[in-house]
Amino acid sequence: MPERELTFAQAVREALAEEMRRDSRVCIIGEDVAEAGTPFKVLSGLVEEFGAKRVVDTPISEAGFTGVAVGAAMTGLRPVVDIMFGDFITLTMDQMVNQAAKVHYMSGGHWKVPMVMRTTLGATRRSAAQHSQSLHAWFSHVPGLKVVLPSTPYDAKGLLKSAIRDENPVVFFEDKMMYKLKGPVPEDDYTIPLGVADVKRSGDDITLVATSSMVQVALGAAILLEKEGISAEVVDPRTTWPLDEKTLIDSAKKTSRVIVLDEGYGRYGVTAELAAVIAEGGFYDLDAPVKRMGAMHVPIPFSPPLEDATVPTEQTVFDAARSMCKPS
Amino acid sequence: MTTATSKPEAGSKSSTEKEKWLHAYRQMVSIRLFEEQVNEVYTRALMPGLAHLYSGEEAVAVGICEALRVDDYITSTHRGHGHCLAKGASPDRMFAELLGKEAGYCRGKGGSMHIADPATGNLGANAIVGGSVGIATGAAFAAKTLGTDRVAVCFFGEGALGQGSLYEVMNLAQLWKLPVIYVCENNQYNEYTHYQETTAGTILGRATAFGIEAASVDGQDVRAVNDVATRLINRARTGGGPAFLQCDTYRYSGHHVGDINREYYRSRQEEQVWKTDRDPILVLAKWLIDQGYAEAALLDQIKSEVRGIMEAAVKFAIAAPYPSVDEVEKHVYA
Repeated sequence: MPERELTFAQAVREALAEEMRRDSRVCIIGEDVAEAGTPFKVLSGLVEEFGAKRVVDTPISEAGFTGVAVGAAMTGLRPVVDIMFGDFITLTMDQMVNQAAKVHYMSGGHWKVPMVMRTTLGATRRSAAQHSQSLHAWFSHVPGLKVVLPSTPYDAKGLLKSAIRDENPVVFFEDKMMYKLKGPVPEDDYTIPLGVADVKRSGDDITLVATSSMVQVALGAAILLEKEGISAEVVDPRTTWPLDEKTLIDSAKKTSRVIVLDEGYGRYGVTAELAAVIAEGGFYDLDAPVKRMGAMHVPIPFSPPLEDATVPTEQTVFDAARSMCKPS
Repeated sequence: MTTATSKPEAGSKSSTEKEKWLHAYRQMVSIRLFEEQVNEVYTRALMPGLAHLYSGEEAVAVGICEALRVDDYITSTHRGHGHCLAKGASPDRMFAELLGKEAGYCRGKGGSMHIADPATGNLGANAIVGGSVGIATGAAFAAKTLGTDRVAVCFFGEGALGQGSLYEVMNLAQLWKLPVIYVCENNQYNEYTHYQETTAGTILGRATAFGIEAASVDGQDVRAVNDVATRLINRARTGGGPAFLQCDTYRYSGHHVGDINREYYRSRQEEQVWKTDRDPILVLAKWLIDQGYAEAALLDQIKSEVRGIMEAAVKFAIAAPYPSVDEVEKHVYA
């Protein structure tokens, strides 16, 4: 029997539905999450199954309903809040950074905040500067939060189920350009632990460490490189925190060359942190400095040719990898 | 909108009433003497960090917490010692927390501005002004969703009226009829600025705009506070929805212990008037004596007992060990 395929959006929805069936404390809170199923239609059908008490539409008040989720998580629910565009996390920063992330520590371990924030990242949707950013580095910076970046439908289902079962605040970033991507997703109740990287493709000459949207770009670049006789390994950390440092360093030691790819802004970003981890752990086995490729340090422009220039592509990754492996 | 400034009925001289108000008296004295010890310990440089004293505002915390059950929730503020004590926290573990000791409520990791205690429903004091309004509203959301009849009280100062998140959650609470009481402790000063310089319109108007049941009360009269709080809390507990209670009160000390020279924002004379004419402990003491519920000697005896408890609590905290340094990475994640 052929493997069942789901889109990325269907995999997210299936994870939520399974967890809501398994645990009556799980509820969804956000803007237009019920009948509308969000503008991306990721949540379609959930309110019909679980009712408006568990799939709760809110006013446009990101800080307000995120704060409500923090308090509800402390007192017996397991809320999953929906922040429609990742750019809007700016509105929730006090609730996530000063409240959710710190409650457990500040209370000496007495209170817990088992909540998930689902939100999006990714440019090239022609949505301009306030609907296109990839701001996961901001939350990755904060102790007390966990940050998940699924790159396939399979990972999305397994990681989201783990996030919902986690006792901590977890931020789950979905690449909005990936919602229609199809891939095999088992019907089983499987989970993927947070903090375990996945080698998406094995190779010997160069490691492409890639997150979220950049995993597909790296896999595409790897095919181009193969035609040049360069064997690229693609490693997906899957979570920026907890971070599976060992898998990244082991791959770097094996191939001796590394490019780190992430759609966030390059400066002070996820690529900088991953590159530093690899350099600290694998320096003496490297044949070249670790290279970083991220979004350009500009507000995401609207005009299509300008926007396309801001993010790494299969071609730019291919060019960078080839010049590292075969210096001219 | 209702205004509850009238005093409750004197009632019969039943022993229940006598016990109730003598207990409230003891609670208010506990807060006052706790804060006196904080001031002492702080000025002797035994307490690290910041200390924001609640002295002068005791009738608010006690009047409200006496109307709550132990399993009801509160959220508190940077000026939170009074709320913790009124909700049932023990002074020795509080002092241990203030000194950063392992025996403290948060194992020394929270300090004065972050005391939390699940056993008494204390979701935590919060050092972001208005920072806990979401948490309190969320606790009420969980209570309603889970079908318990718990109520959440959100204490905040009038300074939090400047924070937008308060209005976001008040809107949600009224839409969803959540059992949450927003208690605005109007101690007149946003840090070093009189609230009239920062607050357009009226305080209650903010609540009534959402259709939220709103009341104001003399926050120096614990019986009046308790009377209106009891009504609003029972209403919330039985599905009547959220309420907003403005308690007019006064902060005897500066914004924090180090705020000594404060004549540039308020006069010593103003402070003296509140302390002499409207002190919540004196107001209740006078009533207890007038009712024949207590004589001055009994009230003095209560003060003396409480002082002994506070001194012992301080001694306990000073002697208690700091957490081991390997504790620093514990409790980042559950």
